[in-house]
Amino acid sequence: MRNTNLVNDPVTFHLGKRKGSLQEKIVGFIFFLCASVSIVTTIAIIGTLLIQSIPFFQEVGIWEFISGDRWSPILKPRAYGVLPLVFGTSLVAFLSLLVAVPVGLLLAIFLSEYSPKRLRSILKPMLEILAGIPTVVYGYFALTYVTPQLQKIFPDLMVFNALSAGLVMGLMITPMVSSLSEDAMTAVPQSLRNAAYALGATKREVATKVVVPAATSGIVASFLLSFSRAIGETMLVTIAAGATPKMTLNPLESIQTMTAYIVQLALGETPHGSLEYNTIFAVGLLLFIFTLVINLVGHFLVQHWKEAI
Amino acid sequence: MTDNDAVLSVRDLSVYYGEFRAIKNISLSFQANRVTALIGPSGCGKSTLLRCLNRMNDLVPQARVEGEVVYSQQDIYDPQIDPAQVRLHIGMVFQKPNPFPKSIFDNVAFGLKINGLTNNIDEAVEKSLRSAALWDEVKDRLNENAMTLSGGQQQRLCIARTLAVEPEIILMDEPASALDPIGTLAIESLMRDLTEKYTIVVVTHNMQQAARVSDETAFLMMDEDRAGYLVESGKTDNIFQNPKDERTEAYITGRFG
Repeated sequence: MRNTNLVNDPVTFHLGKRKGSLQEKIVGFIFFLCASVSIVTTIAIIGTLLIQSIPFFQEVGIWEFISGDRWSPILKPRAYGVLPLVFGTSLVAFLSLLVAVPVGLLLAIFLSEYSPKRLRSILKPMLEILAGIPTVVYGYFALTYVTPQLQKIFPDLMVFNALSAGLVMGLMITPMVSSLSEDAMTAVPQSLRNAAYALGATKREVATKVVVPAATSGIVASFLLSFSRAIGETMLVTIAAGATPKMTLNPLESIQTMTAYIVQLALGETPHGSLEYNTIFAVGLLLFIFTLVINLVGHFLVQHWKEAI
Repeated sequence: MTDNDAVLSVRDLSVYYGEFRAIKNISLSFQANRVTALIGPSGCGKSTLLRCLNRMNDLVPQARVEGEVVYSQQDIYDPQIDPAQVRLHIGMVFQKPNPFPKSIFDNVAFGLKINGLTNNIDEAVEKSLRSAALWDEVKDRLNENAMTLSGGQQQRLCIARTLAVEPEIILMDEPASALDPIGTLAIESLMRDLTEKYTIVVVTHNMQQAARVSDETAFLMMDEDRAGYLVESGKTDNIFQNPKDERTEAYITGRFG
């Protein structure tokens, strides 16, 4: 009888613990440690920002901080209204999106739908190189090349200005938009493209009416992640956009972003623990909230679209 | 098969994928308002032949076609012909249901919109869904996402989507192979109904299905270089009951394939 033989076979029916289950546990624990690093770091950063900004808000008051239209924490008469920095940051970030969204999206459509394989295999690594250039290089590129060129068109353009920094930042985040968007478009199944072709669609119609709509969630996520990156970008704006906190929407003027302000103060000789010094953490906290909100909105939108699909 | 009622004719067609020859010298005609089944063992080029009939093979990298495919007195591979226009007249339903991730209504309206046929779009959508025997099941949920439908319903939606642009010929690549028996039955009876207005060419692996739904059958095989060729074609009853070629008989009686 075959069954009896099998049951009696000690090799096949040994169900006890396998050797090495301790190793399994140790490896699992190491993975857990690695995973928890990111969470612990995030919590530590939030904690530091909150604790360090408490002394600032005890003296200045939250409302004055978020609604004041003058920022001058060092020079008298002092003022602690953060709006000029918020305007500066938003101005540069929106300018960069003005470049990166159309260019990045069209580039992604080209790479995913139009480009021959060989061209694609050249373009993709080049974009990755573009994404890998240190931001300080972009900063001096904006200051020493783009600004003088732009001054030929706009004679009023200041040496440090939002326009040049914004445009170059747009160039800098374009690879991020295009690469993430392209991933989303490449993930659209070929069967959907075939379906559209079989209904008499042209290549352009397939790209714009099938692929892009089906990839919307990924495309929007790429915009938001890039926006978040633009808000957090520091070196480029510190070098090229200026150090003049100003509540303006005029891109030709010198401005200061939140990140550039933090750099400026951190490099200065402000004594630790002073009110001036603590402004860093208040501005940092606001910056953190901005990017957090954008990421949450992005997450929500992606989920929303996923459900729609 | 005679050329008398042929709505579509293939003449001396060969297809290459790079160096590989997938089909060699096939000549075949498709009769108006008939279902023609393409049968044969896996890899014999049935689907390749089907995709050539509305230039869907253009989308396969490195595919090259020799010979003619004549539709309304024109070779559809003539350089002056727009493949998108060809596909408007010769539609296609695929093996796996592939509705767009849009509403049921938008799926059917898609072809109408891109081809500028936007007069009475509601009517056209309803008519197509009725023709595809889907209207009663979806009429109250036209704005729901097509992905919420069952597999069989999705496939009928894909058929409705194809019907909406009013092609003359519909190519179907194993349209029921991903469906359960009930879904398969619905598609098969639908194919019979559609012959009233349309000419259908269907690729199928399923001999019983070919016998059930088709008027004409073409049997393909591949030679030692794996290139597909036509063994014989004719009325389905003749092919299944009195095949002229012993290879056909061997295949349909299940001795190989």
